[in-house]
Amino acid sequence: MTAPAPPEAPVEPPHRRLGLTDEELEAIRDRLGGREPNPLELAMFSVMWSEHCSYKSSRPLLRTLPTGGPDVVAGPGENAGVISIGDGLAVAFKIESHNHPSAVEPYQGAATGVGGILRDIFTMGARPIAILDALRFGDPGDARTRHLVDGVVRGVGGYGNCVGVPTVGGELVFDPSYQANPLVNVMAIGILEERHLTLARAPTPGNLVVLFGSATGRDGIGGASVLASATFADSDPSKRPSVQVGDPFAEKLLIEASLELIETGLVEGLQDLGAGGITCGTSETADRAGTGMLVDLDAIPRREPGMEPFEVMISESQERMVAIVRPERAAAVRAVCERWGLPVAVIGRVTDDGHLVVVEGGLGSDGRPLAGAHELARIPAAALTSDAIVHHRLATPPARRRPAPAPGEPEEPAERLPERGMDPGAVLLALVGSPDLSSRRWVHEQYDSHVRADTVVGPGHGAAVLRIKGTTKGLVATADGQAGVSRFDPYLGAAMSVAEATRNVVVTGARPLGVTDCLNYGDPTRPEAFWQLAEAVRGLGDACRALGLPVTGGNVSLYNESPTGAIAPTPEVGVVGLLADVERRVGPAFVTEGDSVLLVGEASPGLAGSAYAALAGLDADDRPPALDLDRERRLQAFALEAIDRGLVASAQDVAGGGLAVALAEAAIWSGIGARLRLGIRSSPAVELFGESPSRVVLSSTPRHAPALELLARQHGLPVEALGVVGGDRLAIELTGEGATGAAEERGSRVADAVDVPIADLAHAWDHGLARALGEEG
Amino acid sequence: MSVRIGVAIFPGSNRDVDAVNALTLAGAEPVELWHERADLDGVAGVVIPGGFAYGDYLRAGVIARFSPIMRAVAAFAAEGGLVLGICNGFQVLTEAHLLPGALLRNRGLRFVSRFVEIRPERLDTPFTLALPDGRPLRVPVAHGEGCFYADEPDLDRLERDGQVLFRYVDDAGRAAAPGSRANPNGSLRSIAGVLNAGGNVAGLMPHPETASEAILGSADGLGVIRSLVESAARRQGSGTPVEVGAR
Repeated sequence: MTAPAPPEAPVEPPHRRLGLTDEELEAIRDRLGGREPNPLELAMFSVMWSEHCSYKSSRPLLRTLPTGGPDVVAGPGENAGVISIGDGLAVAFKIESHNHPSAVEPYQGAATGVGGILRDIFTMGARPIAILDALRFGDPGDARTRHLVDGVVRGVGGYGNCVGVPTVGGELVFDPSYQANPLVNVMAIGILEERHLTLARAPTPGNLVVLFGSATGRDGIGGASVLASATFADSDPSKRPSVQVGDPFAEKLLIEASLELIETGLVEGLQDLGAGGITCGTSETADRAGTGMLVDLDAIPRREPGMEPFEVMISESQERMVAIVRPERAAAVRAVCERWGLPVAVIGRVTDDGHLVVVEGGLGSDGRPLAGAHELARIPAAALTSDAIVHHRLATPPARRRPAPAPGEPEEPAERLPERGMDPGAVLLALVGSPDLSSRRWVHEQYDSHVRADTVVGPGHGAAVLRIKGTTKGLVATADGQAGVSRFDPYLGAAMSVAEATRNVVVTGARPLGVTDCLNYGDPTRPEAFWQLAEAVRGLGDACRALGLPVTGGNVSLYNESPTGAIAPTPEVGVVGLLADVERRVGPAFVTEGDSVLLVGEASPGLAGSAYAALAGLDADDRPPALDLDRERRLQAFALEAIDRGLVASAQDVAGGGLAVALAEAAIWSGIGARLRLGIRSSPAVELFGESPSRVVLSSTPRHAPALELLARQHGLPVEALGVVGGDRLAIELTGEGATGAAEERGSRVADAVDVPIADLAHAWDHGLARALGEEG
Repeated sequence: MSVRIGVAIFPGSNRDVDAVNALTLAGAEPVELWHERADLDGVAGVVIPGGFAYGDYLRAGVIARFSPIMRAVAAFAAEGGLVLGICNGFQVLTEAHLLPGALLRNRGLRFVSRFVEIRPERLDTPFTLALPDGRPLRVPVAHGEGCFYADEPDLDRLERDGQVLFRYVDDAGRAAAPGSRANPNGSLRSIAGVLNAGGNVAGLMPHPETASEAILGSADGLGVIRSLVESAARRQGSGTPVEVGAR
């Protein structure tokens, strides 16, 4: 039945004010058997059907990703992916965004981002052991950017340092597209005994629903629906109350209490309360177990009197957990929480009717509503979660685009590259000292990266390495995102992100276990933005299938747009790998004078999206380099075998800034230079600074070099002996047709060679970021 | 039988893990002492570990001094018992007036986490006697409030009475002035750690317990932990305090 609409509605109808469309309201009525939702129910639907909670636009895409594998213990749909690493142990990991809250209130936005992802980890029964943060901002010279960088870095540090989880890696990238919409993606990793794996489920009617942690307040009302699921103008003060406020001390207590409850076998299921608050925690756990839940609104501890039922049910107050507990264990659960000084309350019971029912007026000892109690809401749990609305959005590629050539396709000549008059040594110094490629020291010195005494390699030198106490094993972790290439080709950018992140892990000698992804894209109702997301998911899936890796979880952040436009499409890929013997890890820095330097893999043309292109201002004219996923797979297999056979002294991935920057880093980090010759086939810019994938720089003792070259060829990989480690300069002589010919044609007087003191490179690298941010003179 | 060393655990302690690890490596049996206990379970020495004892939103260590465990620690210290406070533990011990001075916000007003070099100023204390020599130790710091402060006469007195235990030093081994990178927090007179007048209570901001294994980047700190363990064992064996008084 439809009432005739008044000719001019003076006020927006309630569902629209809550961010629901007319179509979605119709779907809600349908889920409720045709009846109209009451205001509380509408509020509950609005948060659960937000993009953030329901993945209503991205779900059809995410279903295409490979998620299985022999070692996968828990995959997407749980709070975090869990993968077995042997010895009865497993690793839990996940990455998540907190972009919009960080734009509004950088300190709290970033801090609660850390808190949220840590809860996802320990909810699974895993002890959090590491954090990585991937941050993206606008122009580092801009005052507002500096304010955001400062607040976000303090927020990540303030939270992580206090809870005692080391922040061991991440990235920091500047690009004008993030000016009004910074990206704060945080990854967390935990270790658990597999027998303690705990799922976010509410099995067995009659079990109690126990809420513990902070009391519920009015903070974070509509965080998921208002902030995370709509575009917005920056610094809109009306959004500030939607940002949650973090309390890392409460989180520390929550970690300890939760793990104690799990290890003593006191809980049947556990769920953290993040986006969607109690509504999300109760409906998701019930739906996953095929049960229902009766929630006693009056039993929920509040921070302040006078809260409306909808505020209690959708508040995103931080540092809260819901546990599903057998009635006979309730007292023991209460004792553990009280020992940690945490408020605890039984707020409901698991039922068998599949509905989430909210009552006011109390429950009796039999778990039924007391006389005089009345129902405030009754919604099928599935309607809020697994049966939430799905939108099949329109995806349309932009009119103008220059995709990378398919592997094997003839390459375009690259003589258009404007390298006239450029001294490659000066370019190298500029790149090494650039805001994106210089040392991240200014950031990571604000993060405790050592606490827990497991950090073998902390932030700043390639992938992070953590030992696993009580074993010989190590975990290797990285987070990488290729936004530069994604801007030209979102499929390629996502696939390259996977290739780069896994390669980063592989060059330590670790076998990648799985992938977690944070997809930061624009407004999905815009066909071009949705096309970018669709292409990214396709690229992610293809790369993971080619490399034999599962995607075990992650997060999608849409509506990353502001009045000044959309962000560069940004796929952030987190990878965790396993070292069988942490003592046998390989680092990126040169080790010994006299060692041979080899390049495995070769440059392919295409500079678009590279740091060099940004420096030289050539983005508009070029295309990104190609990625051959089969070659990437062979390269990674080769690197693992070479390291396993003990042939490799150092291994460095070629990524941002290209081969020259990879070599410079190996020199800066060791303090030892190198004397090298590089054959130029296409052009010096491509060979030195191009960022084509599937390349590694290795150093080895000279007697192992022949075996390394042979092994590379056996894997069908091009290999070039570049020279030897030694001296206090990085000297790269460019040879071959591409080098001399190009230089003569240009009439350039600049020699085709790089020859820079390591001290100069190190100085540029050390100070670049702090200088760009105005933190040092 | 290995010597039992207590590790005080506040709800916000987080480097208790590191302390337990290092004590184990040093041959001790770590005993976790929950903050609500009013006794020390007969341990031979106590470590107050790093972290944020009760959240430390007001000021580092200010609430912890009122905890039952700290009353027990104060009584233990008064009898000559060995107490080592690391980072937040150092802050707690100064707030409890078991150690001199105060720890102010870092001069740079930012949390600082990195490896630094500290030089032991004495090798004849229960906390340094197992160190091979006066060579600087490479250990990490991780704190927001670690700037050691005392007024000038007190600083002179600490120097005179041999209560300066560790100093931040630069690459050349010289005491690192406030404002130099080698002095991470602006500590006066480069002081990284101090002793009480009795020589049985020590505190330092850097983390020797984290730098306890080569695989973690440095094993230099283990000598400090081993010193505590050996001193505690000796004290337990002899039944009397180790002679360490001011020189």
